[in-house]
Amino acid sequence: MSNSDWTPEQPLVSIRDVHKSFGELEVLKGVTLDVRQGEVICIIGPSGSGKSTLIRCINALNTIDSGSIKVEGIEVNNPELDKLKLRKNVGMVFQQYNLFPHKTALENVMMAPIKVLKQAPDEVEERARKLIKRVNLVGKENSYPGELSGGQQQRVAIARSLAMNPDVMLFDEVTAALDPETVNEVLLAIKDLAQDGMTCILVTHEMGFAREVADHIYFTDRGVIVEHGPPSTFFTEAKDPRTQEFLSQIL
Amino acid sequence: MNSFQQYFYDLAQTHPKWNFIYFYDPTQTDRVIEGFWMTLELSIICVILSVIIGIVGAWVQGAHSKTLRLFMQGYIQFFRNTPPLIQLMFFYFALGQFTPTYSPDGWLEVPIISNVGWAIISLSFFAGAFNVEIFRAGIEAVPESTQEAAEALGMNRLQIYIYIVLPLAFRVTLPALNNNLVNLVKTTTQALAIAVPELLYQMISIYNDYSTAQNACMLFLFFAYFLLVGVLVLGMSRWERKLRIPGYGT
Repeated sequence: MSNSDWTPEQPLVSIRDVHKSFGELEVLKGVTLDVRQGEVICIIGPSGSGKSTLIRCINALNTIDSGSIKVEGIEVNNPELDKLKLRKNVGMVFQQYNLFPHKTALENVMMAPIKVLKQAPDEVEERARKLIKRVNLVGKENSYPGELSGGQQQRVAIARSLAMNPDVMLFDEVTAALDPETVNEVLLAIKDLAQDGMTCILVTHEMGFAREVADHIYFTDRGVIVEHGPPSTFFTEAKDPRTQEFLSQIL
Repeated sequence: MNSFQQYFYDLAQTHPKWNFIYFYDPTQTDRVIEGFWMTLELSIICVILSVIIGIVGAWVQGAHSKTLRLFMQGYIQFFRNTPPLIQLMFFYFALGQFTPTYSPDGWLEVPIISNVGWAIISLSFFAGAFNVEIFRAGIEAVPESTQEAAEALGMNRLQIYIYIVLPLAFRVTLPALNNNLVNLVKTTTQALAIAVPELLYQMISIYNDYSTAQNACMLFLFFAYFLLVGVLVLGMSRWERKLRIPGYGT
């Protein structure tokens, strides 16, 4: 699955001096960070700071202009990139869930392993049912996305991603569109994953959650990483005035 | 002659303007049946082919190659902006001259594409051009974000098209598709111009031979098409209901 010259001792995701513009607007101005296997990192920052763009670049949903992103040794900034190979390793959950509305919860989870990885349907179904159980949705297997609440849909989306057995999960503001009372159930599912050793990269506004689960927090503003550190020091010892201002507004 | 045939035979005697000749003269009955089958055959084949053209065409419209997209645009403009009757005649009389022939008996030269063949080709392309636009509108209604999720799961463009975009687009397009297919079934009557022995052709032949049957033939034509299109519409709306997703759309 991964490149032969990559070993688990090296960072699983390695981002080096990434630049990205949308037309005139430069949203990423040289971002560098590493994520090791089993690590949970949170990227926080004001709207428009390039957080979502950054994680969308990791699985090549957005292309980068310059710099390098390597996932298990696979260079993403490469016109001949084998996208399937990359995306088998990288799962992604979106703000708007983006479930397939014409498929039931179970079918949503089963679809990619069957169609993309060509795995046997019975085997996939067995695994899918376990994943549905894992995100605490037993009994909703045959419900269509339109019949589920936002939080339930988002948990199906997490299960759908996990069905591909990824090595790293990207979460793009996955609780931002949810009703407050359903945020928690989704966060619990993510926490369960993180504690299980899944490498996670989260873009989030849930500071309490970040403090609780993250190994490392990155604060981005206007396309650069302003400050980063482990949660134990990040929230209390922020030095940069932009970080301080952001934290004071949000905490 | 059974009593049904006898009744219409007597009616023609007492009311010469209402000569339902196809109900009592077996030769004419056969012509009507043949015509009806031909119409049904034309309709079914053209509906299927035009839908395939629509699906493939909409896919080509989103292709990376500019040449392909231009070609598709040219095709749509040509078939949408010209009358189907002229298309039929052009295909049969103009293109028909250049198609190779074969000789079944060493004497006759038979073109490999018959007039029925040309009617099928021409009508399918005609309705297909509209179907491309109909499907395109449906495809544009599928949220980019849903396709992105499929992309993130490792699906390629074709898989996304087949498993995600088409099933969702199809539900949106059904009402418009329905209208176009109804039009297509009715347009098959124009194959008359290249002597395809469909229902209208047969009916006109009958009342050319028996002028008193004109009213009866017209009446039958209305009745037959009303029924044929009715069945199509009923089938399509059943399908529409069947495809409805709980909690999605209306």
